[in-house]
Amino acid sequence: MLSPCRTVTSLLLRPASRLPLRLGSDGRAASSLPKEMIKKYELEKDECRPLYMDFQATTPMDPRVLDAMLPFQVNYYGNPHSKTHAYGWESESAMETARKQVADLIGADPREIIFTSGATESNNMAIKGVARFYKTKKRHVITTQTEHKCVLDSCRVLESEGFSITYLPVMPNGLLDLELLEASIRPDTSLLSVMTINNEIGVEQPIKEIGQICRSKGVFFHTDAAQAVGKIPVNVTDSKIDLMSISGHKLYGPKGVGALYVRRRPRVRLEPLQNGGGQERGLRSGTVPTPLAVGLGAACSIAQYELEYDHRRVSMLANRLVQKIMSELPDVIMNGDAERRYPGCVNLSFAYVEGESLLMALKDVALSSGSACTSASLEPSYVLRAIGTDEDLAHSSIRFGIGRFTTEEEVDYTAEKCIHQVNRLREMSPLWEMVQEGIDLKSIKWTQH
Amino acid sequence: MAASSRTQVISLYRMMLMESKKFPSYNYRTYALRRVRDAFRANRTEKDPKTVERLMVEGRQTLALIQRQ
Repeated sequence: MLSPCRTVTSLLLRPASRLPLRLGSDGRAASSLPKEMIKKYELEKDECRPLYMDFQATTPMDPRVLDAMLPFQVNYYGNPHSKTHAYGWESESAMETARKQVADLIGADPREIIFTSGATESNNMAIKGVARFYKTKKRHVITTQTEHKCVLDSCRVLESEGFSITYLPVMPNGLLDLELLEASIRPDTSLLSVMTINNEIGVEQPIKEIGQICRSKGVFFHTDAAQAVGKIPVNVTDSKIDLMSISGHKLYGPKGVGALYVRRRPRVRLEPLQNGGGQERGLRSGTVPTPLAVGLGAACSIAQYELEYDHRRVSMLANRLVQKIMSELPDVIMNGDAERRYPGCVNLSFAYVEGESLLMALKDVALSSGSACTSASLEPSYVLRAIGTDEDLAHSSIRFGIGRFTTEEEVDYTAEKCIHQVNRLREMSPLWEMVQEGIDLKSIKWTQH
Repeated sequence: MAASSRTQVISLYRMMLMESKKFPSYNYRTYALRRVRDAFRANRTEKDPKTVERLMVEGRQTLALIQRQ
């Protein structure tokens, strides 16, 4: 194999050198160059960056989003809550347009959208807020074991405040058992929190059915839809969702902004986490960052426009990747349900290969073994353990994230490189040798003493 | 009218592709080229003059957006 910089990255970047004013590749006279050439040099510094295949961790911002945000970073800098002058009014009107764009994407009323700093804050607000508001009568909260860390951690905090929490297990395909859910609801249950699309294995929970159950039992339904909004159609009315968390940087918007949907009819009430000037209907005090809110709005409106096109393309690329890897490598397991899933999140376990060493071997492709929050530790993912994946397979899993800006070439390169490296690592592995000789690894007692 | 509109569409298409090629970043460049091509192909059989006009306005706005990058 050639070095990555000489193979794919430079091949892919080559068309950029066909810019109108080409001055040769050594670029001695960089200071006297026109704007486009300077831009090109800035980017060539990063020419050897890996390919990006981790769209679940974050997404690059869409140029159209930046285009919408830029005026609010420089010219229109008014505080959107200033009522006494034009600077405030123009910011406010931009913020309200953004609110409407977010609401339109999920079928809500603009008044039901609250801007936050991201999905983590939205989740914290929803879970702690609702549980604390209704704590005199209801002291039980239900969630699942495969939730994002911020949901689980908020629940831990509630537990220390005296609430009782049920962490529901999921079925081996990653989906929630609806009968079990129904049986777990108690008269004093205030809230159920289930994520729409899992960030690690990409399974899509039956949100409509869950919403139906919650509504009939009088339990508020919160869903963490950070991975779902803008990728699949989500409608809060159809699915009877009471609270929903949205993240800006998962749908090609800016980082540092998110939203929480809070239903007005029937009204959901929550205790604010942050107190102060009473912005956002008193639920989230603090000045709304206009440029970020505008960016989130633009990202939502683009996502709405591009949803079908993106989904078709992401499905095609994901199929291409999975087909290619599965057809050339034996013993590859896809984690999570095969049907009810978002195609852009492919989680594969390569048996007899250690996930971390595969990630290191694939250093020219930006991949991860699971959530970015836990990627620093070598522990296998708790999501994979919750769906009953064996310890050894959980250690060998890799998540491929495909998004709007992924190309066919990138997918092909990743698949080829992955096949090559898995074969190489397996050849080195004594376990693989034993399996080829027909020894059942499960029958071996590893500890001798 | 129809003929001039056709040349207008083709000229807009060419302009958009030309400007899209100027994206320095590989992923944005390929996306812009692909998206422009697919959008024009998806609407190539569009007959209704009002829709064509609306699409042309959208296209011109997008062209300006690409040029601003």
